[in-house]
Formats: sequence, structure tokens, C-alpha cells
Amino acid sequence: MSEQITFTIDGVEIKDKAGQTIMQAADEAGIYIPRLCRHPDLPPRGSCRVCTVFVNGKPQAACTQPIAEGMTVENDTPELKESRRNIIDMLFIEGNHFCMFCEKSGNCELQALAYRLGILSPKYPYFFPKKDVDSTHPDIFLDLNRCILCGRCVEASRDVDHKGVFEFVGRGIEKKIAVNAEADLKDTDFAATDKAADVCPVGAINKKRTAFSTPIGKRLYDTKPIGSEIEERKK
Amino acid sequence: MSENLQSEIKAICQGSGNDRTKMMDIVRAVQEKFGQVSSEAMDIIAKFVNCHRVEVEGIVSFYTFLSKNPKGKVIIRLCNDVVDKMAGVGAVADAFKKELSIDFGQTTTDGKITLEYTPCIGMCDQAPAALINDEVITYLSTDKVKEIVADIKKHYDPSKLKHRLGDGNNADELVHSCVHNGLRKKGPVIFADYKSKAGLKNALAVSPVEIINVVKAARLRGRGGAGFPTGMKWQFTRAAVGEKKFILCNADEGEPGTFKDRVILTERADMLFEGMAIGGYAIGAQAGILYLRGEYAYLIKLLEKILKDRRYKNLLGKDILGKKGFNFDITIQMGAGAYICGEETALISSCEGLRGDPKTRPPFPVQKGYLGYPTAVNNVETLCCATRILEMGAAWFAETGSKGSPGTKLLSVSGDCKQPGVYELPFGIKVKDLLKEVGAEDAQAVLVGGPSGQIIGPNDYNRTICYDDLATGGAVIVFGSERDMVEIATEYMEFFVEENCGYCTPCRVGNVLLKKHLDKILAGKGEPQDLDALQELGESIKTTSRCGLGQTSPNPVLTTLKNFRQSYEKKVKKSPDGMQPTFDIRKALADAEKIANRQSVMFTK
Ligand SMILES: Cc1cc2nc3c(=O)[nH]c(=O)nc-3n(C[C@H](O)[C@H](O)[C@H](O)COP(=O)(O)O)c2cc1C
Ligand code: SF4
Ligand code: SF4
Ligand code: FES
Repeated sequence: MSEQITFTIDGVEIKDKAGQTIMQAADEAGIYIPRLCRHPDLPPRGSCRVCTVFVNGKPQAACTQPIAEGMTVENDTPELKESRRNIIDMLFIEGNHFCMFCEKSGNCELQALAYRLGILSPKYPYFFPKKDVDSTHPDIFLDLNRCILCGRCVEASRDVDHKGVFEFVGRGIEKKIAVNAEADLKDTDFAATDKAADVCPVGAINKKRTAFSTPIGKRLYDTKPIGSEIEERKK
Repeated sequence: MSENLQSEIKAICQGSGNDRTKMMDIVRAVQEKFGQVSSEAMDIIAKFVNCHRVEVEGIVSFYTFLSKNPKGKVIIRLCNDVVDKMAGVGAVADAFKKELSIDFGQTTTDGKITLEYTPCIGMCDQAPAALINDEVITYLSTDKVKEIVADIKKHYDPSKLKHRLGDGNNADELVHSCVHNGLRKKGPVIFADYKSKAGLKNALAVSPVEIINVVKAARLRGRGGAGFPTGMKWQFTRAAVGEKKFILCNADEGEPGTFKDRVILTERADMLFEGMAIGGYAIGAQAGILYLRGEYAYLIKLLEKILKDRRYKNLLGKDILGKKGFNFDITIQMGAGAYICGEETALISSCEGLRGDPKTRPPFPVQKGYLGYPTAVNNVETLCCATRILEMGAAWFAETGSKGSPGTKLLSVSGDCKQPGVYELPFGIKVKDLLKEVGAEDAQAVLVGGPSGQIIGPNDYNRTICYDDLATGGAVIVFGSERDMVEIATEYMEFFVEENCGYCTPCRVGNVLLKKHLDKILAGKGEPQDLDALQELGESIKTTSRCGLGQTSPNPVLTTLKNFRQSYEKKVKKSPDGMQPTFDIRKALADAEKIANRQSVMFTK
């Protein structure tokens, strides 16, 4: 299993052990592949498709694709950058994201990625959908206007917390997050200390009474673009 | 009621061994019994199979034949596929609305009849068609609608509907359906006379590896669309490490315009089950599952009987045909209305009692498939080919067809042609010759491979149908000169919007965007830039989507943009002020105006 594999990303030679995904290997080498649904503590889902790279000319999700001897990976190309922008745009317009009023602003991975990819405003028309807001839980506030269907909360609640509080319902554009109760989050056994309360990349799952404990300007992505922490690893 | 619900659902769950992986059977049974899987029912199911209630909701909300809200005892599902629209389903729809005094998506006030639309039900050659519960009614007309509704209102039991009977096994008392086989041309592989059990006997006389070699020598490739070499798939499954192995037959046949598996299931099920047993022996499986689309429920009694007969003849079961240690049997898994479940990993998810989401690859099904065991998924027609190859030999099989594509292909032809139906033809046939055969020489366009395939025009009629040129899972849809190809492309995008699973962003959102662009063009508001935007967006969706659905769903747009560009160009014009309105201001203001209780003075039109 500790077999060594050599391959390239944008011409840079990388060595890593078999069984790693392209994203894991790239992270270790200090090469940032943009991503959104991937969370380091959870199994990769491959759902957002932001991390799409070309492997020997064929598109693959870097977060799920294992490395293989001699493979050629293209990551930083104009075509992929455009496709990634398209995906980020789609996530903005299928929901209702009012960053200026959102307590997650500055800590939000969607917003940070949009900035990093140079998106000033989406090029697609907004859908303006009607989405549910659930503030019934004493400690948690759920705003599905901002949910990007990444599935992190589903995985975390099922596999880490062993509670299964969240699950997807519906399909296609009607797909959404639902909670393990007739309707309200308060009727589930969800707790603010759950892993699932900490994994949301956007402002969909929020802890009440913490919104501005870190002031705007001092937040995660206020000073450095998303991905910098990975690029800093480059020797 | 509640106690009754509790005890009935308990019995249903127990009948499935309170097994979480049998969720499809459980929710289907609850739906059938109570006309819905209510919120209360979800709680009860979750309790008995020991899962979370929201998981049950996730499944019920995924499949269109399941519903949380109550449906009528009788559900009329009128097929509104493109071909049915061309055959005049509009008037039929109006007739249903009038006779029932309800709109689509509604249930009559007495709660007895629900009226809905449904995508392709595999009856394009006898359109317009509808499902009434499990019964199929074909060749609908406004007069027929009147009769049907009057008849239904007498007993509210679709199985008592009076209709003439179709040909072949459609007339069998176990099927008792008005469906016609529409078999226009029999070829040597599938529809020629064959000797039941000869293929299996030959297979059991040799080793599994030898069978795989025979199938490889015949160069058999998958008939379901992707065209993967079957021998190789079996070899990988055989070689994979696993305590158990499975062979799954994909009878989901959901690609609009495809109905050839319907005819195999009606007339050649015996050959199909034999192919599954041969495949099972080759890969080392003891169990096979036939995944049958919910729309083909009218065939299930016949299929169950054929399975029973085969068990009785020791063609299934223990020590098959005296071969010590070869035990193999087949069960049927019903689907519940989801096109995506035809994608092989989504099909596996569905068999496992999950939402029909495709799975992440790798691992591939041949390594880790159904319940994590190595699994071969094969199309209905592929398995029939395997039976015949074992009966007649690889060389015999390769005599027909073209070099890269040996054998025959079942084509289901519909649309603007004189003889719609199923044709078994050698691979390598030219589109031109096919059009002549089906009576459609003046076709404006032909859709080869269903909406995920390609829409071609006369310039391409010299091309051939085979894996190396125009590949198809079987659908061939003909469009006459009066059809508007932009409208057709838009209809197919609507299908993908309705039928994608929603797992990944580009397919879930991108297809809606493509559809909106097309609607704008059809409404006369399109501009030349819209065509470039369609192209760029379509290509981007194909590149980034997670499974075969999204990787092909922009094809109706991209292939018509390429082959029927004039149709688009005629519809777009430069906007006079150079502005591109992306939304309708009147619509956007409607809610605010209602709240304010006055009209906007600025934006009046
Ligand atoms: C969206 C989608 C729908 C599909 N539907 C079907 C289907 O209805 N029947 C089928 O045999 N294959 C279907 N396929 C192809 C299957 O994924 C798979 O390739 C096939 O069942 C393998 O069998 P074969 O190798 O015998 O063709 C579909 C693929 C996709 C992406
Ligand atoms: S609520 Fe948050 S974590 Fe859950 S799916 Fe939505 S965006 Fe992802
Ligand atoms: S491509 Fe479409 S159907 Fe396939 S996983 Fe993505 S959303 Fe689902
Ligand atoms: S990060 Fe890989 S698909 Fe989302």
C-alpha cells in the first residue's frame, strides 16, 4: 500500500503514496486545487465539481480521483477556471445569497472562492427561489437560502455524530436539505456541539449568539485568499 | 386509522425482513396500499427498519411514483414525451381535464382519480399513451378518453378497463394488455427462433473463464448505451475479490424513444434470464436482480411466471442442470419512476434501498457494486446476445454486423415515420437506409440515441449506426419538415431538468439555465450572444458533470446548434438598445405590489 507513485500537475512532478487522491497529493505539495464540498474530516462526495481537473485529458473530480503512475493532471488552465467560475455562479444564483447581511461573510468558503476566481457578480440570471428558514432550535439557526447542497452536514451528522439529523429530499433543482423530524430542527436531537454544526461552508447552519464574535475585517478570508494556507506549504 | 396504519406497515416491513436495503419494496407497498407514504407512515417505517425518518422521506421524495401527499385510488399518468406531443397529446390532455374537471397535478374532489404527466413510458410507437395505475393504454384519442373515464368511474379499478388485446404475450392472461409489440423486423440474434436452455447447457459444459473468452471472441459490447465490452466486464467482476458476486440486469429503459427492451421482456424473457444465469456462472454469482422500471409493472406477473417455470425446469435454483455447486436465482426489483436509475451506479443505489443517486467512481461496480460486492450490470439486450453466443458460437455472432460492431442492434423507431416499431438490424446500417425501411425518407432530422445522443440532419444520413460512428442504446426518433428543432431541443432539456438527480451543481443548475435560455429564444427575446452562451454553458456542463446524465444532457442543444443553426439564427435578433434583459420586471414586482396594494408607477409594462 505504501507504493510510490509519480505524476505531474501542470508540469510539476509529484511523488506520493498509492491510495491518495489527486487533491490530497496536491495539498501536500502546496498546489491549491479549488474546492467547495470537500471537508478534510469527512469522506469526499464529489458533488460541487469545483475541483474538476483534466486527468490525461479526461475531466475528473480531484477530490475523489486516486493518483496513478504517470498520470498528467491539468489544474490551472483558462478553460477550467471558466468552468469553475460557472459552477460558483450557479451556486449563487440557485440560492439567495445576500453577503452584505450574512453573518458568515468573511468566513464563507463560497464567497472566498468567488473572490479568488475573480467573480464580481454572477453572469447568470438569479432564480430568486423561495427557501425555508428554521429558527426553532434554541442554539442553531438554519437558513436554506444560503445552502449550497454540499452534503457536509449530512455526512457529519450520520457518520461522525451518529444522529442522522440531516438528509437530502427531492431531486434535481428541487433537491434540498431536510431535518429528521416532521418539520422543525427543534424536534431533532441536534446539538450545537455536534460536528454537523461546524462543517457548513456557507451561512446555512449558524450558531445563534455568535454571529459577530469575530468582527468583520478579522475573519478567515479577510486578509488572505482561500487556499493560501495550502500554497504556503510549498517548499 | 392510525392503529391500522401501524399494523399494516408492520406487516409490510416484516414481509421484507425489516431490512433497510429492501426500502424500495417497503415504500412501494405502502404507497400502493394507502395511496401515499404519509408523514406518519415514514415514522412507522423508520421505526421498524431501524433508520432515520428523514431517510425514508429522502427516498419517497426522490421517486415520482411515491408521494407524501395522498393520491387518488386511480392515477392517470399521461405521457408527455416529445413523440406523444407530435402525436397530438395536447388534445388528449384537454379531454382528460374536461372529463375529470381537474387540471394536471390535481386529484378529483372525491379523492378518487389523480391526473399527472409523466415522461416517456416506452410506448412511443403507439403514442399518445398513458399509464392508469399499472395498466398501459395506447393510441389515445379524445373519444377514447371519454370512454375510459366513463368506464373507470364505474369501478375505479384500472384492471377492469375494457380494451382490445395486443399481439403475442401481450394477450397472455398474465399480461392482458393492449400494448402491441410493434416488431417490424426480426433479425438472427434476438428474435429468430432459438432453443431455450441450449446456451446455458453449452455454458455449463465449459469453465467460467472459457465462457468469458467466447463472449470476448464474439466482441460483444454493451447494448445499453455505453458500449463497454461485455467479456471484459465479466472478467473484471470474476477477478475482483468478494465473498459474493452479483449480476444485475438493467431493464430501466428510460431514455426517451427507447422501447426495445419492452419487446424483449414480453417475448424473450426466457432468453434474458438464461443470459443472466450464464453471466452468473461466468462471474461466480449466485444471485441476479432484474431492475424493472416502474412503468413496466404490467409485465411483472409474466416475468414471475417465467422465473417459476425456469426454477421448475432446474434452469434456476440449486445444482442447475445437474452442475454440482452451481446455484443461481433471480429476483425482480421494481423501480418507481426515475430515469436516472438507468445509470448503473444509480441503479445499484436504488436496489440497495437508497435515493437513486449515482455513486462515486472508482470504485467501479465490477470492484464494489451492490452492497459493496463485485457486480456486473448488463442491459437486457446484451444478456440476450450472450445467450445466443453461447448457443451458436462466437464466429456465428460475428458474421453479422460490422467489423468493430458485430451482431445486430434493436432499434426502436418512432416519430414522423410511416412504420414506427422495433427493428432488429445488423450494425453498420446507414441512416439513409434505415429511413427508407421505416418510411421516412424526407426526414428533416433524426435523433439517434435518444436526447443524450445526437440530433442529425440530412448531411449526416450517410453515416452508419455502430459503436464507431453513431452509437445508440436503441432510440431513433424521426422529425419531419414541419418540426421546429429549437422547440424539440427545449422539450428535451425540460426532460433533463425534471430527471436529473440534483447531486452535482453543473447538471442540477446548468440544465435549468440552458432551458431558460431556450425559452427566451422561443419567446422571441433571444439575441445572437445567447447562441454563444448556450454553446459555452453546454460544453462546461458536459465537462464538469459527475455522471453520464449531465455529461450528455446538453447534447440536444449542442447538436441542434451545430446541425440546425439556421433555426436558431432565425429566432434571435440584436436588441435595439444593446441591453439584455435577464428578468421580467413586471413579474419581479408582482409580490411587492400585492403587499403594497398598489401598482408600480415606474414599471408599467
Ligand atoms: C442517465 C443514464 C441512463 C441510463 N439508462 C439506461 C437504461 O435504461 N438501460 C440500460 O441498459 N442502460 C442505461 N444506461 C447505461 C448504464 O449506465 C450501463 O452502461 C449499462 O446498463 C451497462 O450495460 P451494458 O454494458 O450491457 O450496456 C444509462 C446511463 C445513463 C448515464
Ligand atoms: S446546510 Fe451547509 S453543510 Fe448542509 S448541505 Fe447546505 S451548505 Fe452544505
Ligand atoms: S450529472 Fe446530473 S444526474 Fe449525474 S450526478 Fe450530477 S446531477 Fe445527478
Ligand atoms: S471539492 Fe471535489 S467535487 Fe466538490
